[in-house]
Formats: sequence, C-alpha cells, structure tokens
Amino acid sequence: MAFTNRLPLMDEAAVRRALARMAREIVERNAGREGLVLMGIRRRGDVLGGLLAEEIAGAEGSPPSVGALDITLYRDDLAEVGPRPVIGETTLPPAGIDGRTVVIIDDVLFTGRTVRAALNELMDWGRPARVLLCVLAERDGRELPIQADIVGRRVDVPPDRRVEVLVPELDGRLAVELVATEEVV
Amino acid sequence: MIPSVHAPLGKDLIGLEGLSADQIRTILDTAEPFKEISERRIKKVPVLRGKTIVNLFFEPSTRTRVSFEFAEKRLSADTVNISSSGSSVVKGETLVDTARNLEAMKIDMVVMRHGASGAARFLAERIPSNVVNAGDGRHEHPTQGLLDLLTIRDHRGKIEGLRVCIVGDVLHSRVARSNIFGLLALGAEVAVCGPRTLLPVGIEQMGVTVFDRVEAALEWADVLNVLRLQLERMEGGFVPSLREYNRIYGVSRARLEAAPREVLVLHPGPMNRGVEIDSDVADGPQSVILNQVTNGVAVRMAVLYLLAGGAPDKAEAAKQGGEA
Repeated sequence: MAFTNRLPLMDEAAVRRALARMAREIVERNAGREGLVLMGIRRRGDVLGGLLAEEIAGAEGSPPSVGALDITLYRDDLAEVGPRPVIGETTLPPAGIDGRTVVIIDDVLFTGRTVRAALNELMDWGRPARVLLCVLAERDGRELPIQADIVGRRVDVPPDRRVEVLVPELDGRLAVELVATEEVV
Repeated sequence: MIPSVHAPLGKDLIGLEGLSADQIRTILDTAEPFKEISERRIKKVPVLRGKTIVNLFFEPSTRTRVSFEFAEKRLSADTVNISSSGSSVVKGETLVDTARNLEAMKIDMVVMRHGASGAARFLAERIPSNVVNAGDGRHEHPTQGLLDLLTIRDHRGKIEGLRVCIVGDVLHSRVARSNIFGLLALGAEVAVCGPRTLLPVGIEQMGVTVFDRVEAALEWADVLNVLRLQLERMEGGFVPSLREYNRIYGVSRARLEAAPREVLVLHPGPMNRGVEIDSDVADGPQSVILNQVTNGVAVRMAVLYLLAGGAPDKAEAAKQGGEA
C-alpha cells in the first residue's frame, strides 16, 4: 500500500538543482546578498532556508543573514484544532529585520494561511523594507490572495493529495513527494 | 525543547493534585517558548485574540493578579478585573450568581482567587467557561506550584531525584500543597520543615519527610522553598513571636553556608524580610525569587493557551471526564 500512497515528485538531485536556481533568483532580486535576510518557517522552511543560505554563500562568497519563524501562536485555527503544545522559537539575525529584504521561505505553498501568519509575525518584529515569498513547491488551493515570488516547482495535484517536502534533518532524505491524505506522517 | 507527550488538560486547572506527570510536563514545556515573548519589543502574540477572561479576586493579591493579567494581555485576550471590594459580592450575591451574570455577558474564562478551599472546583462544575484556580483557601495554588517547578527545572536541569524542602507555614499554605503534588508527580523527594503547630497533622501520609530543625533540612536538601509566615492568619498563636520564629526557622546566610550543598532558595512572595528569610539570602546569589516572578507570566500564558485551545464541545467532553 505504501507504494501506491507515495509518489516521488522531485528526488534529491532535482531539489538541489531547484534550490541552486532559487538562490540565484533571490540574490538577483536583491542585487547581491547585502541587506538580505532569509527567514524560514519552522520546521521544514527553516531547514530549506539553511540550504539556500549555503547556496548563496557558495555563489557570493559569504552567507546572508538567516532566521527562523515559528508561527504557531499566529495561526487562525486554535478553536478548530486545539492548542499545539510544540511551540518553537522564533529567531532573528542579530541586526534584526528593519529596513532589510526579508525572504520568507516555506516548503509548500497551499492555502496561504501559513504565509499570512508569517507576515503578521514579521510585522510584530519590525519593519522590513521588502518581503519576498520563496517556496520549494507550489500547488493549487489558495484560500487567501497570496502568491509566491520564487518557486522551486509548480505541481498539479488533486485536492485529496498532499505535497510533502522531506529534509535530511527531520526525514532522513531530501525529496518532494505526493502523499494520499489518509496516510498519517 | 519539544514535549515528548502532549497530555491535554481538560476544561479547568483546579490543582496539581491528580494531574499526571505528562500533563505537568506539557505545561512546563509549553511555558518555555512563552518566556521569549516577554523579551520581545512587541510583547504580544494574537493567539487568544477575541477571548474574554475575567479575573475574579475575592482575596487581595498583587503579584498573582498582575501576573495573570500580563499573561492574558500578552496573548491578546480581553480582560476584566473584579475584586471583592466594590463588587456586588459585598451586597451578598453568591459566587454562582456572580459567575452566571458574568457568563451572561459572554465570557470565555474565569481566573479566580477565593478564600474558601474548594471554591474553584465548585465554580468549575457550574459554569461552562474554563476556570483557572488562582488560589482557593488552603487548598491549592496550581500556577504557583507550576512556576516553582519551572524555576527549579531551569536552575537544576530536572526535577526527578531532587530533594526539595518546603520551610515554614505549611498548614495555611495552598502553595505548599500544590508544590508537594507537583514535585511528587515529577519524581522529586519532598520534605517539610517548620514548627509542629504549622504542619498539618498526618502530613507524612502525603509522602513527605518532616524536619523539625531547619539545619537538618539544609543538610538534606538541594532546594529550599521558603513559605511566607502568614501574619494575617496568626491570631491563633501558632508561634510565640516573630523574633523567635526567625531565630529558629529563619533562613539565614550563616545557615545556608553551613549546608553541604549549594542550595537553591525559592520564595513565593510577598516576603517578610527578617522573619522567614533574611535579606542577605533573599537578595543573595542562591535566591531565584525574581526568576520565579518572571516564570510566573510564562507559566500562566501556557496554562491559558492550553485551556483556551479546545472548542466548546471538547471542553464539554473534558467535563464529562474524557480528554479534550
């Protein structure tokens, strides 16, 4: 059953190629790495942010500032799903985000609600000059008017399927897969 | 820190008695990330936006009430404070009528301090709002117990296996009871120390050791939780004089220095300096009294967040004895 429930969309090599291109796009949009802050949304966006920072360091000589956003307390579904006791920490680069170009990094862009929460949290932390959204996978199903600026791969999937990004730190490998929603991961 | 188990709390927090170690750990682990919110420039997250919380205080309190209020405001809840003086309570309204009238104005939670033991449970069983006990008589003060646990864990890395001695007026102390239940649930060894007139009869049956001399307690303990000598409850002649109490049971620098270990000193406040604790101890390096106050806000945020999360049907299910 597990065979039919999981379908590979991108293997490690494909993800790495996509990240390399996304890193170039980020730097190009910002005209260099000066003033750039990569803020990954915990937990997988955070890991992808680290990989993108490595790519940028390779191309530009030094890494951009990085941080991580935990949006648990900014979610809009507390009453529906109950509290999530696993609340991670939000970390900012020492110089903060005021006046800088902040790139929000997430694994999959789906409803847009996570990004809405991340934007609200960012505004509580400071006033970035500009905010960009960068996602490894983008799919249909937006519930809010939010679009990504930089996309690794656009995938067409039926509503009952979920796109999953797997990262080495949490899942043991780097890949993007299509999963039937019955399967609990 | 990531909680290994998420154990739901149910509708209310009445006491630490009967809570499982996993439930207590869930609260403490949830409090960890909340500490950071109070360090932010904008000390506010929107998680309880639109929730109305009533702080119903039938006994005087500054620290606990302010701490709850900060916790509520930093989670973006709307708060109303009611104290017994100047409310319809002095006109003879019953507790349930007061609460039902508040409910009729559509509230979500009640944080209550009351002079009668059992008042919090009494209220919780009669209204659908979440109830948090902020101290009821001599029964329990669960958020104080939790913030003590969090402070001890912060400084010693764990609770399990630690030797914690509660010194002073255990008889009148809801803090002592919440501490004993919480510490025992998390696997600490617990002792109490004080004049026999201020120790409940049969306290050994709670699973605690009794020390008659504070020197003996210090010989044994890793952590000392020094209770306030409740002067307003002292009409009964429990101690001959404050000076004598200080001479025999006061925690002094000399006594701490004679102890074989570096003992951590807690005090729930407000302190009677020179009675149960000397100033050079209260302000000394082993004192974590102000850390307790800081942790109090984080712990209360965690409790409010965990209780508020459930949808009404979940709260109802919890009330029936199931888990939300």
